[in-house]
Amino acid sequence: MNSTEPVIIAKDLTKKFGSFTAVDQISFEVQRGEIFGFLGANGAGKTTAMRMLSGLSIPTSGEATVAGYDVYHQQNQIKANIGYMSQKFSLYEDLTVRENIWFYGGIYGIPKKELKQKIDALLHELAMTEEANTFVRALPLGWRQKLAFSIAIIHQPGIVFLDEPTGGVDPITRRQFWEMIYNTAKSGITIFVTTHYMDEAEYCDRVSIMVDGRIEALDKPSILKKKYNASSMDDVFVQLARGAKRGNS
Amino acid sequence: MITPVICEGLGKVYQEKKKEIIAVQGINLEVDQGELFGLIGPDGAGKTTLFRMLTTLMIPTTGKALINDLNTVGDFRKIRQFIGYMPGRFSLYQDLTVKENLHFFATLFHTTIEANYEQIKDIYIQLEPFQNRRAGKLSGGMKQKLALCCTLVHQPSILFLDEPTTGVDPVSRKEFWQMLKKLKKDGMTIIVSTPYMDEASLCDRIALIQDGKILKIDSPSTVSNQFGRSLYAIESDHSFHLLHALRDIPMIDTCFSFGNAIHVTIKTGDQNSIEKVSIALEQQGISDVKISEITPGIEDVFMDLLQKQVA
Repeated sequence: MNSTEPVIIAKDLTKKFGSFTAVDQISFEVQRGEIFGFLGANGAGKTTAMRMLSGLSIPTSGEATVAGYDVYHQQNQIKANIGYMSQKFSLYEDLTVRENIWFYGGIYGIPKKELKQKIDALLHELAMTEEANTFVRALPLGWRQKLAFSIAIIHQPGIVFLDEPTGGVDPITRRQFWEMIYNTAKSGITIFVTTHYMDEAEYCDRVSIMVDGRIEALDKPSILKKKYNASSMDDVFVQLARGAKRGNS
Repeated sequence: MITPVICEGLGKVYQEKKKEIIAVQGINLEVDQGELFGLIGPDGAGKTTLFRMLTTLMIPTTGKALINDLNTVGDFRKIRQFIGYMPGRFSLYQDLTVKENLHFFATLFHTTIEANYEQIKDIYIQLEPFQNRRAGKLSGGMKQKLALCCTLVHQPSILFLDEPTTGVDPVSRKEFWQMLKKLKKDGMTIIVSTPYMDEASLCDRIALIQDGKILKIDSPSTVSNQFGRSLYAIESDHSFHLLHALRDIPMIDTCFSFGNAIHVTIKTGDQNSIEKVSIALEQQGISDVKISEITPGIEDVFMDLLQKQVA
């Protein structure tokens, strides 16, 4: 992790919907190659914040740059330079493995010749060469998640946003997935990840915890546990999120 | 006393084109009166198919299921009167308000909110400030509470909850389990599924399910005790580095990350092997480790069973 190179910089970033402040002046930096855990209760404002950072929603006030691009004026450059994967939506089930890679590679503008080689290399890496022409819906969930992740970084983005990537996945596959995350971060791609599994929060270099639109805590898991006198990140989370006022609305 | 749920050789095979997909096979289980019974397993394990058969929404391919001694195939009308089913995906009408949803589900069972207010009161009180809000605009935790109210409004005696806490944050999950505990105290029989292994310990008994088959049924503590060998937690500031180092040590059998620790088992036959592991790690330049023997959790057992199944 190179600590001198921030790839996400947010300063007082705010989003209001009418009189409701969904995200309330959040400020933080994420460094290149870092695994950054973005935690918070349902309704705390995580999704709204992620939408701003991925160029899908214009902030009400504050500043932010992602991969060096401004979230107000350079949304298309942001989209071209990030990857995104969620548990809910990632792959087209009615396309084969190869077609899915081809489709996403095309969207990200990878030249055809290069893409062809990339597909073969990727299939080999995932040990899925024999499944190249299998429909994605016929793949076990764990394989789908790994494929979706590989596709999300096929264009070598500076940052990849992972929105609850491991929800419902079996415990062994979940751990294999985190090894992929770790290796990807080591290659220099920054990981911005949300999860409801608190053991996964421990795998992050740093985590932030949002409560009622604000970042209430941000640090290394080990430091947060010390600060809140907690034995696990689950304890830390519960202590902070119990204070939420709007989580229950 | 009547047993609320009995499955005998229950199975379901789906036909997809010319291929047969076995979703659930040979399930034998009984759930007792007033029990909080957990179905623990990942997505695709067959939990939802099992729920659909038990709630009379799907006809089994093999075997049979009895709910209060009534057959789910022949007696489905009677069964539907006294069971409550909360499906996995949020199943309320997003465009109706909180109150309208509840009213709708009450009407389906020819009853009213007022007649059953006592049954839902504890949970509904938390929703009342938002009773005119559309269901689609509620937060995750509140949606689950409303869905539970709608499931309870006709006063069922058996509850089927399919992954009620999936995608819900840890605080709301804890609150939801508090509600289940309260319902159980009032005498409700509850069958609940979850992919979160930490929720297993909150059930009276659990069934671990994978690939349509039950791997184990017992109380959470008995399941933990059946791990059958020593389990060690090894902690270091550089977890992933430690994980790779452990994999290179021949006497290590399994090693998995668990939050800030790595859970390790050692191949049988060597008494002082954990000391040897410590020495081997030191030789690889990792000396800041903390090793302690720990009690296995449900997730440890589940992964152990998964591996044995593969092997």
